[in-house]
Amino acid sequence: MTQKADKVMLSHGSGGRMMHQLIQDLFIRHFRNDILDEQADASILQVGSFEIAFTTDSFVIDPLFFPGGNIGKLAVCGTVNDLAVSGAEPLYLSVSFILEEGFPMNELEIIVESLAAEARKAGVLIVTGDTKVVNKGKCDKLFINTAGVGRVKPEDRTISRAMNIKAGDVIIINGSIGDHGMAVMNARESFNFKTNVESDCASLNHLIREVLDQCSVKFMRDPTRGGVATVLNELVGKIGLGIEIEESALPVNKGVKAMCEVLGFDPLHIANEGKVVIVAGEHESMKILETLKKNSLGLQSSIIGRVVSDHPGKVVLRNETGGRRIVDSLSGDQLPRIC
Amino acid sequence: MKYIDEYRKKELILSISERLKSISKKEIVLMEVCGGHTMAIHRFGLTSLLPSTIHLISGPGCPVCVSSQHFIDMAMAYSRVPGVIITTYGDLIRVPGSTTSLEKERANGSDVRIVYSVLESLEIAKMNPEKRVVFLGIGFETTAPLTAAAILQANRDNIPNFHVLSAHKVMPPVMKALVDEGVKIDGFIAPGHVSAITGTAIYNDLATLCGLGVVVSGFEPVDMMQSILMLTEQIESGTPMVEVQYHRVVQHEGNKVAQKALADVFELRDDSWRGLGMIPKSGMKIRDELSAFDAEKQFIVEVPESTEPKGCICGQILRGLKTPVDCPLFARKCTPSDPVGACMVSGEGTCATYYKYRS
Repeated sequence: MTQKADKVMLSHGSGGRMMHQLIQDLFIRHFRNDILDEQADASILQVGSFEIAFTTDSFVIDPLFFPGGNIGKLAVCGTVNDLAVSGAEPLYLSVSFILEEGFPMNELEIIVESLAAEARKAGVLIVTGDTKVVNKGKCDKLFINTAGVGRVKPEDRTISRAMNIKAGDVIIINGSIGDHGMAVMNARESFNFKTNVESDCASLNHLIREVLDQCSVKFMRDPTRGGVATVLNELVGKIGLGIEIEESALPVNKGVKAMCEVLGFDPLHIANEGKVVIVAGEHESMKILETLKKNSLGLQSSIIGRVVSDHPGKVVLRNETGGRRIVDSLSGDQLPRIC
Repeated sequence: MKYIDEYRKKELILSISERLKSISKKEIVLMEVCGGHTMAIHRFGLTSLLPSTIHLISGPGCPVCVSSQHFIDMAMAYSRVPGVIITTYGDLIRVPGSTTSLEKERANGSDVRIVYSVLESLEIAKMNPEKRVVFLGIGFETTAPLTAAAILQANRDNIPNFHVLSAHKVMPPVMKALVDEGVKIDGFIAPGHVSAITGTAIYNDLATLCGLGVVVSGFEPVDMMQSILMLTEQIESGTPMVEVQYHRVVQHEGNKVAQKALADVFELRDDSWRGLGMIPKSGMKIRDELSAFDAEKQFIVEVPESTEPKGCICGQILRGLKTPVDCPLFARKCTPSDPVGACMVSGEGTCATYYKYRS
């Protein structure tokens, strides 16, 4: 109904419209300042003569272990990627654990080992942390919060602002979409799909650095909760232009496509944890694709669409049969607790 | 991908489109009964491929949409009973009842769980013997056999705390009711998955008594276009009949095992439909001998008088009389993230489909 909710609902955390409303109507309203108003994945802060990027993320994924990773690996990738897409070089992380009484110590060690391994891979140091244990039943097994800081080069500081985007610019992604959400869902629910869908969970900072060092990029964002659809909708909201994507150009793995067909999901709404959406001028597109494809995390990179002057504020998908549909942000909680 | 790519072939779709344009002379209205069909038509942009003589209207085939306000309110009342776990298919939790929704009840402390199969509800019942599990049984002949199988299993395995609140419905009476009411329909595109269970004889009366063609259709764009072609050919030649387009799934006699499960568990009753009111013999009630699993028989809840949301025209949309764009609330006060009426909630609801594919 149209009146405001008087209690928090799961949909408020889904990465879709309700969460954005909550952030706007409550958090931003109370916390408002110039830095927060930019609403980037990581905030860029002036510290003396340096600029640093700062971000935080909490991980409540269920199940803790899933094909392609676990909550520990995810807790590093999520924060590293938020820094990287903001144009920063991730340097230091904090890690806080909220543990439920009775949680098996051997599982905790596996998670911590993965966390450490992924931090080494990404080249970041874990430099501070916190531990809390709550009574059995007061939290679900284990929650992790990570915060991260990174260094920003002056030439990269506007990446998250989506400046100078024009009609004709291209939208690029570094590979298949929807793998993380569907892998988690298949691990959690009792569908018993016989599929090899694996989470794409990966730290993208090295890949992104290679692109930024060699190419000119106008905007980057990692399409996590709410998927590619949500990133593109936020973008058209900012730039006052439209976006058109081609269904045939969307890289979707077979297993993800099949699960989506069966369950009625749109791969554009499904979460990714190792993907970056890049917007750049058309003349840069080939160079960016070449650079991405040289890295194992970018082998399936492709151009999925374009910025257009038609239908400002809307993302439209064209399919092969000539049909067009509006791609909206996700509303409701399609897949709770996937990160 | 097999079973998908070959039914989405552009050349095939365009060739059927050409054929339709050459044979269609009469101005006709076809109703796609099922929400899945409405989605496919808009998702693949099929209306733009039809000649101007062929009009498609959406019918009452979305289970979430046709469930009456009273049923939604009753589900809410059950969710407030201490010790009850409500299990439901996802869409239902966001449907606004007269005063609240299951989603809001969950935030208020009710135990409402989304399941993807009714069999998960059985598991939940087994794991929580001290609680009572109430599964919200919605849907047509497609989902009802699963509910029937779950009830039979609960009976066999002695799971006494599993109950079903049945709003299951059958398809043919509502199609007949629309015709009787005078809604202009020249032919029906009938849901393939219903006939996969029931077979095709359920539509014989529509052809013989009402003189209307019925084509049982699949859900891919080639299926839909071919079904529209088959209906158009019937109408142009004046030979209405029941035909199957969805041969790869549907057999004329249907699925006997599922039919037996349905007959063993359910009997027909008069049932209330959103927007259409009471339709005789259109709902499925759990048989008295299995009343141990019938939530309505096992514990009575008080349900306040239901009220429909003001200004919402879901009822007229479900009858094919209006389209969502005729509704003053559509895409303004009523959106998927803030739905007023049921047709905006379900992914297969006509309003949600029009919203998603509006241009």
